[in-house]
Order: sequence, then C-alpha cells, then structure tokens
Amino acid sequence: MEVRGRAWKFGDNIDTDLIIPGQYLTVQDPKELGKHCMEGADRDFASKVKSGDILVAGQNFGCGSSREHAPLALKSCGVGAVIASSFARIFFRNAVNIGLLVLESEEAYRKTKPQDELLIQPELGVIKNLTTGEEFKAAPYPPLVAGIIQAGGLVPYVRMRLQSSEK
Amino acid sequence: MNCARPFLGRVTKFRGVRSQMGMTITEKILAAHAGRDKVCPGEIVEVRPDLLMTNDISGPIAVDVFKSMGAARVFDREKVVIILDHFTPNKDVKAAKSSSKMREFARSQGLVHFYDAGFGIEHVVLPELGLIKPGDLVIGADSHTVTYGALGAFATGVGSTDLAGAMALGQIWLKVPETIRFEFKGKPNRWIGGKDLILLAIGRIGVSGALYCAMEFGGEAIASLGMDGRFTMCNMAIEAGAKAGIVEPDEKNLEWLKEIRARRGMGEISGNEADGPWNETIVRLRSDGDCNYKSIITFDVSELEPQVAVPHLPSNVRPVSELKDVKIHQVVIGSCTNGRISDLRAAAEILKGKKVSKWVRTLVIPGSQAVYKQALEEGLIDVFVDSGAIVSAPTCGPCFGGHMGALDEGERCVSTTNRNFVGRMGHEKSEVYLSGPYVAAASAIAGRIAHPEEV
Repeated sequence: MEVRGRAWKFGDNIDTDLIIPGQYLTVQDPKELGKHCMEGADRDFASKVKSGDILVAGQNFGCGSSREHAPLALKSCGVGAVIASSFARIFFRNAVNIGLLVLESEEAYRKTKPQDELLIQPELGVIKNLTTGEEFKAAPYPPLVAGIIQAGGLVPYVRMRLQSSEK
Repeated sequence: MNCARPFLGRVTKFRGVRSQMGMTITEKILAAHAGRDKVCPGEIVEVRPDLLMTNDISGPIAVDVFKSMGAARVFDREKVVIILDHFTPNKDVKAAKSSSKMREFARSQGLVHFYDAGFGIEHVVLPELGLIKPGDLVIGADSHTVTYGALGAFATGVGSTDLAGAMALGQIWLKVPETIRFEFKGKPNRWIGGKDLILLAIGRIGVSGALYCAMEFGGEAIASLGMDGRFTMCNMAIEAGAKAGIVEPDEKNLEWLKEIRARRGMGEISGNEADGPWNETIVRLRSDGDCNYKSIITFDVSELEPQVAVPHLPSNVRPVSELKDVKIHQVVIGSCTNGRISDLRAAAEILKGKKVSKWVRTLVIPGSQAVYKQALEEGLIDVFVDSGAIVSAPTCGPCFGGHMGALDEGERCVSTTNRNFVGRMGHEKSEVYLSGPYVAAASAIAGRIAHPEEV
C-alpha cells in the first residue's frame, strides 16, 4: 500500500521523550497519545500534521525508552511512515509490531526538504520525492521482519502462530 | 502446543563445541537459547527467554495486546515478572488504573513473581531476588533491562507488543549483535564509580555509537569494580544505543549471587550434570580468546576525574572540574542506575555531618525496600534526614518526569539517573546533569556542581 504525504523534517537523536513525554505514560488510548505527539520537539505538530504525512529524521530516531506509546502516538496522529538515516532498535521493533511503516534511508534524509511531497512504495522499498523527482532505495528488511510487516504487525503474526500450534 | 511449551527450570547448557572462530559471551548465550552450537552476528534467531519482565507503563498495553493475540495463558507463570514501579505509589487515578490492571492480570494468570508498589525499582529488585544468573536470557519491556548484563546474562529491552508475543509464545526473535569490547585499564581514584566509567565510554562513542551492538566491559578497573558499579555500567549501555551491556562472570559475581541466594534461602546454584560445577560453567561462558569483536576500545582510567553529562544528551560528557560555575536547584540520588546500597553509602559519606544548601531540594530514593532497610541499619537514612535531604519510598518517579521532583522552567538538577533529554524531568526548558552519587551529594551541599573534595 502506497503512502503519500508531505515531509516533516527532524534532526538526529529524536528521543522518545520528545515523541511523547513521560508525563503521558499513564495514557494508553492511542487517540489521546496522538494529541501530544512530538510535543517535546514541536508543540503544534499534532495539529499541523495531515493523515499520510511522512516524518523524516536523521540518525538514531526513537532512542531512549522502550515506550510503545511513541510509535502509537505517531500512528494515531496520522503519520503514515517514518524515514530515518537509522533507528534505535527498540523503536524500530515497536513500529513494525504495531504496523507503523519505518524505512531506513540516509540519502532520503539528506535530500528531502521540509514539506516536499513524498511517495513511498513499501513493497518495492522505494521512496520517491515528487517535488524534486528524485528516487531513493530504503534498506531491505530481514525476511522475518518482512513477514511480520506482511502479516500486518505482531498481533496477527502471533495469533497465526498460536492457531497453527493448536492444530 | 509446541511453540508455547514451557521452558522448564533447567539450567541452560553451554556446549563446549568450537567451530571456526570462537564466540563472545553474548553469542554463546544467544546460541544456547536458540538451541544452536554457534551463532554469528547479523543472524536472526528465535530464542526461549529464561525470564520476561514488565511494569506499570509497558504492562497495561502488553496485557491488552496479549488478549488481542488470542492468548489465554502466559507460557510459564514462573517466568513472567510484573513489578509496579514507575508511577507508584500511584500518582493519580490514571496511574491507579494502570496498576489495577496489572494486579488483576497477575492474579488471573497466577503469576509467581508479582511485586506491588514500593517493593522497588525493577532493575534493582530482580537481581536482588536472585532471579537472574550468569548465562540467562532476559527480555524486559523496559529499555534499562540491559542492567542484568552485569550478572553475565544477556538482557535486552523491548516494547509492549513484543513482550506480549513473548508471554504468549515463550519465544522471541533477536538479531545476533556484534560485540564492542571496552577495556578499562588502570586503577581509578576513590571518587570514581561505575557511572564515571560508563559516562566516559558514552562520551567517547556517542548516543548511537553502539547501535544494535553488545557492549562488553572488561579490564582491570572492571575486575575491581563491585557488582553495584557493574549494574550501573550495563544499565546505561542503552544510552549508547546498545542492545545489551555485559560483563563476563567472575568470582565476584558468583560470590554476590551466593550471598543473595543464601539470604533468601534459595540454596546453591547448581548446573546440570553435563555442565559440571557452576564455577566451570561461568568460565565456559566467557568470551573466547579468538572471538570476533567489532572493535576494541581501550581507556586508561588511572587519572580519570568524576564525569558529568550535561544537557541534553548522555554523551555530552565533561570532567566535573569544567562545570564548577553551574548553579543547581535540585539533586536526585537514586534510580535503576544509582539506587543501590553502594550508591547510598557514597552519598552518605559526603553528606555526613553536613547540610545540603537551603536552595537545593535533595531527593534520596533507595532503589528497593531491601536497599532502604539496609540503609536504615547502617544509619545512612539518619545521615540523609539530618543533612536536610528528602527520603522517598522506592520508585522510578522523578527520573522520567513521572512524578515527584518535577523541574520548573530554567531549573537545573544534578541527578544520578540515566537520561538528560529535553524535558526529561519536567519543563522543556529545565536541565538535567547526570553524575555519580559522590558528585551529586557534593553538589547538593555546594549549591552548584562540585567535586567531592570541595565539600
């Protein structure tokens, strides 16, 4: 499924406290979390972002805490995908598990400007910058990770495994 | 149910098979838990963890996800630990609801290891309960799960959904990490603890310097470091992006475990017959001489000054002498990083017979009830109260801006915790400086960042 939207650009080491500050960790409702998304980095982000928009960041995106509230907040406020030069590993797993599209491309980060229009073709691993006409290739997923993404996240993946083990 | 087969309480066997190059301790533990003779960095393996852990932040989501996966029972009710420590004692009604949910789950699943509010901070409590031993594989829904590497275990953090999947299946996938070896040479001076050594390392490699890697700590200064200091070091491996921090098990580790287990009436640790005596097992666990490190980074710490990480990254590390003009408003001594008995002893050594500045709120938070009781018996709590510090029940509380000790705009805090990100402890324009307990206590007295010899 293609994702198309405007780029919101952030720098290196965007930590989970910036994505969703600790004071909101008693909240589990994704809608409520979405209202505070990226609050630490840009107070108005949640009101500016439109459904399908794409967050583009530098190295080590999502570093810090293991809080799944971070990818949940991003997904719930409409972010269609996160492209980063690199991801912190727990954030990457969490995003894959909850079905938030994450792609690694250093080149896409370097060559994308704020508000450029991007088109992502996840099954091809292709990121197109429709504003500049440039095209980037995202790092491929390991087969097992691709399987979880294909299943729609870890919940359907585990459900399938539990069901097949009961047969 | 093949994939959800309980992993019975046997001791994992570490095979002595050697093929081609040797393995690091991390690779050995992952191989053993994947049922393999050898694994290589970059490979993805499915492992059976010895222990899973969650808390009052990651747990409520994990419980919902667990149910939505169609799972009825956890794979093994002796291997799932729930501990309520982040917003406890309940900060507000929302926090109370999170705790209630976890209590109910623990009860309905018949979990053996449920620890309610005030018992202590997860990463202080689990080791002191004797639940982790060298060679174990632990998965926790908290990024600081890496702490247990101090015991020669492989321990890493995941999110709620991964934890839910592991509770259902008894299995989880992991990519075998490359290992970076950190050698600490020399005999550091008396003010240097685990915090200074790990800050030094993070300062050198940066907050993504060990991304996806295991950080293996060794050398003369680690051999002489106590277990509490090793917990501090492994705890902060995540701040360099690492998947795990680990120290190869030694006699000190074994003695510590024996004492803990004896105190709790747990008896001797015994390997199975094929493994031979436990002290031989831990020798086999150590990284092979011909193992393949991604890199080896060496430090001479004999002249090292206490280290402080300035805002807003744990890698912005400076020697304390460069920061003496920094006025402060609060000090926090505690957390999963530095809330153990050695940390409180260090703070009390500085605070004894002195007063904290009337302009510095000083919070001392023992990491667990056991640490609290020990501190009471040693008279440390008297020292803190007499100095004007506030002593709280064990909680993660202020470390992540959860509750207690929130900072106002423009305020600065010296904290023995692990993160100094923007807004971490309150207002987005407040600042956190990370240090060990000696510097934190000295700064509380001085009202500014201070070397322990200044007070």
